[in-house]
Amino acid sequence: MSTTVETTTEIRPFHAEISQEEIDDLRRRLAATRWPDKETVGDASQGVQLARLKELVEYWATAYDWRKAEAKLNALPQFLTEIDGLDIHFIHVRSKHEDALPLIVTHGWPGSIFELLKVVEPLTDPPEAADAFHVVIPSLPGYGFSARPEEPGWNPDRIAHAWDELMKRLGYDEYVAQGGDWGAVITEAMGRQAPSGLRGIHVNLPASVPPDVEAALNGTGPLPEMTEEERAAFDGLAASRKSGYFGYFIALTARPQDVGYGVTDSPAGLAALFFWHPGFATWSFGGDPDDPKSKDEVLDDISLYWLTNTAASSGRLYWEHGGAFPTSAAGLKVAEITVPVGVTVFGEDGFRPPESWTRRAYPTLTYFNKVEKGGHFAAWEQPQLFAEELRAAYREVR
Amino acid sequence: MSTTVETATDIRTFHVEVPEDKIDDLRRRIAATRWPSKELVDDRSQGVQLAPLQELARYWAEDYDFGRIAARLNALPQFTTEIDGVEIHFIHVRSQHEDALPLVMTHGWPGSVIELIETIGPLTDPTAHGGTADDAFDLVLPSLPGYGFSSEPTEIGWHTGRVAQAWAELMHRLGYSRYVAQGGDQGAAVTDDMARQSPEGLIGVHMNLLRTALGNTGNLPAESDEERAALEAVGTFRSSGFGYFLEQSTRPQTIGYALLDSPVALAGWMLDHDTDSYYKIAGAFVDGKPTGGLTRDHILDNVTLYWLTATGASAARSYWEGGRAAALAAGKAPPAVTIPVGFTTFPGEIFRAPRSWAQTVYPTLAYFNEAERGGHFAAWEEPELFSQELRAAFKSLRNGRS
Repeated sequence: MSTTVETTTEIRPFHAEISQEEIDDLRRRLAATRWPDKETVGDASQGVQLARLKELVEYWATAYDWRKAEAKLNALPQFLTEIDGLDIHFIHVRSKHEDALPLIVTHGWPGSIFELLKVVEPLTDPPEAADAFHVVIPSLPGYGFSARPEEPGWNPDRIAHAWDELMKRLGYDEYVAQGGDWGAVITEAMGRQAPSGLRGIHVNLPASVPPDVEAALNGTGPLPEMTEEERAAFDGLAASRKSGYFGYFIALTARPQDVGYGVTDSPAGLAALFFWHPGFATWSFGGDPDDPKSKDEVLDDISLYWLTNTAASSGRLYWEHGGAFPTSAAGLKVAEITVPVGVTVFGEDGFRPPESWTRRAYPTLTYFNKVEKGGHFAAWEQPQLFAEELRAAYREVR
Repeated sequence: MSTTVETATDIRTFHVEVPEDKIDDLRRRIAATRWPSKELVDDRSQGVQLAPLQELARYWAEDYDFGRIAARLNALPQFTTEIDGVEIHFIHVRSQHEDALPLVMTHGWPGSVIELIETIGPLTDPTAHGGTADDAFDLVLPSLPGYGFSSEPTEIGWHTGRVAQAWAELMHRLGYSRYVAQGGDQGAAVTDDMARQSPEGLIGVHMNLLRTALGNTGNLPAESDEERAALEAVGTFRSSGFGYFLEQSTRPQTIGYALLDSPVALAGWMLDHDTDSYYKIAGAFVDGKPTGGLTRDHILDNVTLYWLTATGASAARSYWEGGRAAALAAGKAPPAVTIPVGFTTFPGEIFRAPRSWAQTVYPTLAYFNEAERGGHFAAWEEPELFSQELRAAFKSLRNGRS
């Protein structure tokens, strides 16, 4: 083997260490934030409210400690490896159980590897050895400590190919994949590509919405016949679109660079953008001690985007993807998936598709379950439940 | 009349003053800009490109004269008056010609009174600009609520219909009992609303954006080549140029945080309005080749005005108000326009509205022309040509003068 090839497929250990200068600069910018006037409404319908964001930014600037976030990452084995010309950062935790099932879990936007840290232990070290996974958690290209693409083309299909290469490079000839948000889109792309050794996928943002329902939502088709449960899901989707929740999706799909300037130069602007996402719709901003997403954890996630200067590059994934809603069966072409599919619908997620739609969408559906707790960031919010769902979903493919 | 009412309808002179420390802070922020990586494409398809924005930032911090805003505006008679609870800033230039036609002209987003002030000469003093005394206008240029030196509404409800009512009150307060109105962009929406409200004294309007077609083309003819081309251009805008519109209509506060905190975010956001104006403005910075009045200094006068008045969020909110008003009015047909309408299509506009479209939307269309040059910011880019259009459009209304 030549030196060149050895270098490019090499797997290098990685240790997160942001310079103090970067952290000081972030603090300075937070303290110098120039604020707009208060919104003219009493709710979040014009965007995150001034009082809430100000309080969070104040905490971010004065009390939040990034070094603790770094320590959380550095407590896990992390690596870099170049795939398809790009350095990919990933966490790789092997179970002590040698026969564990290798699993690649993919995060989304505005999440990151931070949203997945709490599932590492329950997945790698379960009560029953037969349920164990070897876990691989990569950072998407242009996100966190992965490199930023310098050319167009890093769409979900290309990322899916890279993930298969990553798993093979790690010596996993047989494995499964999981994802929510962008992670679901990429995992479904892997399911369509069905590389040798991919034994099954599981998603928690299923592309279940049938084409006729999608058309009715877009106002381009008549309202199809629906059961009561389907109608409730339809009404939820229609209300959500009307409320403007998907505006960030359209804006990033159309012109990621325009949004990128502000979120790269203004940390308050970056935080404001994240809170547009429906995954944060019910977040208490640290006000509720029982909220599964703590203030520090949310700031870990936002700070990672800031400190790696990936706010703009992460948004470009929307542009690369081209606009098909991740909930659309036709848009994601999930009927072409040939490997076994598992789906869990988390009860606190804004999108809760009925089983009937999901069965129509995924011809190879082998596992479907609805659970009460957990929202858009299910792994973050309900790590135990999330791990149990993965054990159950993959029991048959082991 | 009670003192309270006298105070409320008072018209006060206005003078722009920019504190030096605000300019220092702006300069510091521009110099400290933290940049994203370069876009991955060679065109504007991912948004405003890094190179023109970096050149804009360099010019802004190093070469731009921050005294320009105050100097240009203070050279004009400016006033404020409180209407419907909001302090409205306006420029008011009377023509030396006795029988001048009063005209209220409304700017849009991401514009301001800055985009209109080069038309003041040709409109109010036509004899010095190739026209005759019969072409003269008395000109009123208000700043929209939440824009520039007008105050920011602190309650919801300031949609363009309410602005239209305020403008009628403004013209009434200035003593104009017979006047016309003009606008493009948001100004076209305000002008359209004025025409539908038909306040006493408004005898005609002229617009240079067929605003309704951006929302709904269903009732517009699509048979001729130019109709099909216009339809296609609207479709392109709605599919890929609509991001800023949707952002501002749904979450103005969200983008507002970045627009208030980062001058470069503000400039970038304001540059990406439409393809034609974007390339013209980018060209002014990158190639040093301005198109008409879209010079580097003029562009930065406008951006600097937004920055110094800290109105990025409140201006964006006007779109949210538009969205809310449209939702509330859904299914209800607006009142028909019964006064004469003039319309000019500028070739670089988001879509070139054919005469048939203007005629469909405005059955009282009395003047239509397609200009040779100019785009979305027609008054800014081609002030002389734009002024000629207004002279021609309103000529017939002067003849009916009593």
